[in-house]
Amino acid sequence: MSNFILKAENVTKFFGRRLIFNGIDFEFQNNGIYGIAGPNGSGKSTLVKIIAGITAPSSGNINRILNNKTLLPEEIHNHIGFVSPYLVLYEEFSLWENLLFFAKIRDVEFNEEKIVTLLEKLLLIDRKDDLVKTYSSGMKQRFKFIFALMHSPELIILDEPTSNLDLKGKNEVYKIIQEESINSIVIIASNEESDLELCQEQVLLENYKNKLK
Amino acid sequence: MKAISLYQKDYHSEIRTRYAINSLAMFIIVAISVILFSIGSETITQSLTCGLFWVVIFFSAMSGLGRAFVSEEERGTSLALQLIASPFTVFSGKLLFNLILVFAMNTVITILYSALFEKFIVTNTLLFFATFVLGNIGLAVSSTIIAAIIAKAGSKGTLYPVLSFPILLPLILTAVKLTLFSMDGTSFEDYKFELAILVSYDVIMLTASYMLFDFIWKE
Repeated sequence: MSNFILKAENVTKFFGRRLIFNGIDFEFQNNGIYGIAGPNGSGKSTLVKIIAGITAPSSGNINRILNNKTLLPEEIHNHIGFVSPYLVLYEEFSLWENLLFFAKIRDVEFNEEKIVTLLEKLLLIDRKDDLVKTYSSGMKQRFKFIFALMHSPELIILDEPTSNLDLKGKNEVYKIIQEESINSIVIIASNEESDLELCQEQVLLENYKNKLK
Repeated sequence: MKAISLYQKDYHSEIRTRYAINSLAMFIIVAISVILFSIGSETITQSLTCGLFWVVIFFSAMSGLGRAFVSEEERGTSLALQLIASPFTVFSGKLLFNLILVFAMNTVITILYSALFEKFIVTNTLLFFATFVLGNIGLAVSSTIIAAIIAKAGSKGTLYPVLSFPILLPLILTAVKLTLFSMDGTSFEDYKFELAILVSYDVIMLTASYMLFDFIWKE
C-alpha cells in the first residue's frame, strides 16, 4: 500500500464570474475508492482536472503528499493516472508505440509484464500493434485505462470511467478499479449509479455551490 | 532526456502525418518561385535580396512552426501531454523539434537562394553563419512560445502571423542588416552591435519563454 495523501483545502473555482464550486475540503489517504458526484455541469470534470494539476483552482490548494513529502507540480506526472472521455491519445501510433513513448517521456520503466496483463484483461492484446485510429470508441476507452495504470500510480483519477463501454467492458473495469484500490487512491467522477456504488466516500458537488466562507 | 523523448515522439508523428513538412515545403517552393517570376530578367540589389531572403524565412516559419502546439490542440492530445510531462519538458521538447525544423527549412532556403539569385553572394561566411544560427534560434524560440499562446484560440491561422510580427520584427530587421553586412564585407567593428542585439534577443526570448510557459500551458 502506498503512503500517499490527497488533501483539498478550501478549493474554489470560478469561470469568469460564474461560481462552479466553493470551499471543497477533503482528505483521502493511502488507498480506497472515492467518488465525486453531481449532475451535468456541476464541475466534476473541473474538480478532477484540478486534482490532476491540469487546471489551477481560483483559490485553495490541492496537496499531494507522498511519504510525508509534498510533491511539487513538476513531480506529479509519474504519480497520477487519468481516464476521461475527453482524453485523446495519439491516433497515428499503435497502442504499443503510444505506451513506449509515454514511458520514455515520463522516464519510467516500461513494465511489459504489467502492460501485457492489462492488455489481456481489457481484451486489447490482439490489437496492440494496430493504429489507434482504427479502434472503436469502446476500445479507445479501454486503452485509456492502460495509459492510466501502466506506471502504477498512487492516485488514479477516473472521470466517467465506463462511458462508451459495453457490459463486459464495464465489469472488467470495475474489477480493475477494485484491484487497484488496494494499493492506490482511486477517484471516480460520475453520474452512473453503478460507478458510484463502488465508492466508500463521496464528495457531492451540490453541497459546494453557495457555501459562504 | 524527457525532452528528447518528446522530440522523438513529435518526429515520428511528423513522419506519419506530414503535418508541418508538407506545408513548409510547398510554401518555400511557391514563395521563391513567385519572387523569381516577379523579378524576371531584372537585376535586384543586394539589400533587396537580403530582405526577400528573410521575408521567405519569416512566412515559412509562420506556415510551419506553429504546428508544434496547434496540432496537439486540434487533435485533442494536449491533455495527454499535460498528464505525462512537466511544462519544462513539453516546452523543451517542442522547442527542440522547432529548432531542428527551422534549421532544416532555412538550410534549404539558403541553398535555393544561393543557386537562384545571382546577387546572393556571401563574402563573410563566419558572419553569415553566426547570423543564420542566432536568427534561427530566435525564430524557433519565439515561434514556439507564440504557438503555445495561440493554440487555444479560435482563429489560429490569422492570429499566428499577427502576433508574431511585432515580436519577430527586431530579430528580422537585425538579421537582414547582418546578412547584408556578410555580403558587402563590413568589418567586425561595424556589425558587433547588431550581433549583440541578436544574442540579447535570443537570451531574452528563451528566458521569458521558460518563465511564461507554465502559465500558458495550464488552463
